[in-house]
Amino acid sequence: MKLFASIGQYTLLMQKVFSRPERRSIYYSRIMSEMEALGLNSIGLTAIISVFIGAVVTLQMAITLESPFIPQYMIGYATREVMILEFSSTVVALILAGKVGSNIASEIGTMRITEQIDALEIMGINSASYLILPKIIATVFFFPFLAIFSMLVGIAGGYGIASATGIMNPVDYIDGLMYCFYPDEISYALVKMAFFAFIVTSISSYCGYYAKGTSLAVGKASTQAVVSSSIAIMICNLILTQILRT
Amino acid sequence: MIKAENIIKSFEGRTILNNISTEFGTGQTNLIIGRSGSGKTVLLKSLVGLHEVDSGAIYYDDICFSTLDFRTRKAIRKDVGMIFQGGALLDASTVVENVKLPLDLFTEQSEEEKLERVHYCLKRVNLEHAHHLYPSELSGGMVKRAAIARAIVMNPRYLFCDEPNSGLDPQTSIVIDNLIYDITKEYNITTIINTHDMNSVMEIGEKIVFIHEGNKWWEGTKDDIFHTENRELDDFVFASAMAKRAKIAR
Ligand SMILES: Nc1ncnc2c1ncn2[C@@H]1O[C@H](COP(=O)(O)OP(=O)(O)OP(=O)(O)O)[C@@H](O)[C@H]1O
Ligand SMILES: [Mg+2]
Repeated sequence: MKLFASIGQYTLLMQKVFSRPERRSIYYSRIMSEMEALGLNSIGLTAIISVFIGAVVTLQMAITLESPFIPQYMIGYATREVMILEFSSTVVALILAGKVGSNIASEIGTMRITEQIDALEIMGINSASYLILPKIIATVFFFPFLAIFSMLVGIAGGYGIASATGIMNPVDYIDGLMYCFYPDEISYALVKMAFFAFIVTSISSYCGYYAKGTSLAVGKASTQAVVSSSIAIMICNLILTQILRT
Repeated sequence: MIKAENIIKSFEGRTILNNISTEFGTGQTNLIIGRSGSGKTVLLKSLVGLHEVDSGAIYYDDICFSTLDFRTRKAIRKDVGMIFQGGALLDASTVVENVKLPLDLFTEQSEEEKLERVHYCLKRVNLEHAHHLYPSELSGGMVKRAAIARAIVMNPRYLFCDEPNSGLDPQTSIVIDNLIYDITKEYNITTIINTHDMNSVMEIGEKIVFIHEGNKWWEGTKDDIFHTENRELDDFVFASAMAKRAKIAR
């Protein structure tokens, strides 16, 4: 019951967010600064996580697929598939839900409890659109780049570990990367990522926007944001995979 | 003129405002007084539409504000300025950006014209030297003054102030009271001020509404306030030692 009420409230908020903006020029500069705050500032985290996962996946594959019947290039192939199909979109989105989602929810939540949102409303500004729309546009646009970046870095991490440990021949790794490559897989991952960006940003904004009470509420909102957007990502992942891949 | 007719507001079954009717005149400073927790902020927020009232009507001049839809309300809001109890400046913007925001969104002025207006408003509240500071770098009184500048930048026809001088020293309080009084007269604004400061009452209280536990207990002018038989109002007024002495002197 509560879930349905929340979904209804969320839908109404999104309607408010996507109603006609007051003034485009102001939105433009806000989108730019959100891209920096939410996108550019996540590059470091994405890089670190991707390079390690790429390396670990390669290691795991090398150990698991150690058999004379399986050609070594399969390791490179498997690493590529894991990175492109799931890791750099779904897992990176989950991690960004933790970083960006809690950031958005606490920022908007604080604005709510210190009456900054009321102040915007009194000025006749559509606070939902003014605060949330730039964040949504910025992340939907920027997160797919983070996904591409994550793919590259992860695959490079695999290559790095292959040449550093000699667990496999780096040339085979490269061969594997080229093996059976369909560029569609990348577009599939990017489409997914754009959806996830929307989910994380809109749900986190929703949690912050309706925070009630004192600073305790802000903490609660940001936890709620991470939990809800993670769950929504998993559900959406399943649905999108079903629709886009079959 | 702003008129409230029989407004009732409750939260989760607890009645906060109980059937309040009153009228606030144009070009005059209207004060809402009452003890902490009596419902002043809730009343003010109901008048501007931040709280939806359970029943009753609110009129802005001849327009029945409480029945308007979201879009029409937005149009009226351009004539409304409000100073929140906590200031409510945008944390991520400097003082100048805060004050300039309504101009950016709703006027066609050039950047120079906007800045000129912003500087004029900041000068009126004595904040010439804080232009590029962020709200976190301001003192409590400076936040209040910046909030006043923001509230008046669009030349509002209705001005709502929630305890504009709480937490300020007596000198600054008087400056702010007089500032609000002056702009009210200058631009013929309907001004409503929440306060529990007797100094403000005596300085600028042209019309006073006393709220007690969510009820309108008394209304009148600052001259009547000393001659009332109303027990709760008397307690409120003469809780301040200065006022007590004033009464004895009479
Ligand atoms: N959003 C809300 N939800 C539930 N109760 C509320 C809410 N806002 C205010 N109240 C209750 O309404 C009553 C009046 O609060 P209000 O903030 O109007 O007091 P006030 O007169 O402004 O006091 P102060 O001078 O301390 O600011 C309080 O008892 C408070 O608990
Ligand atoms: Mg109050």
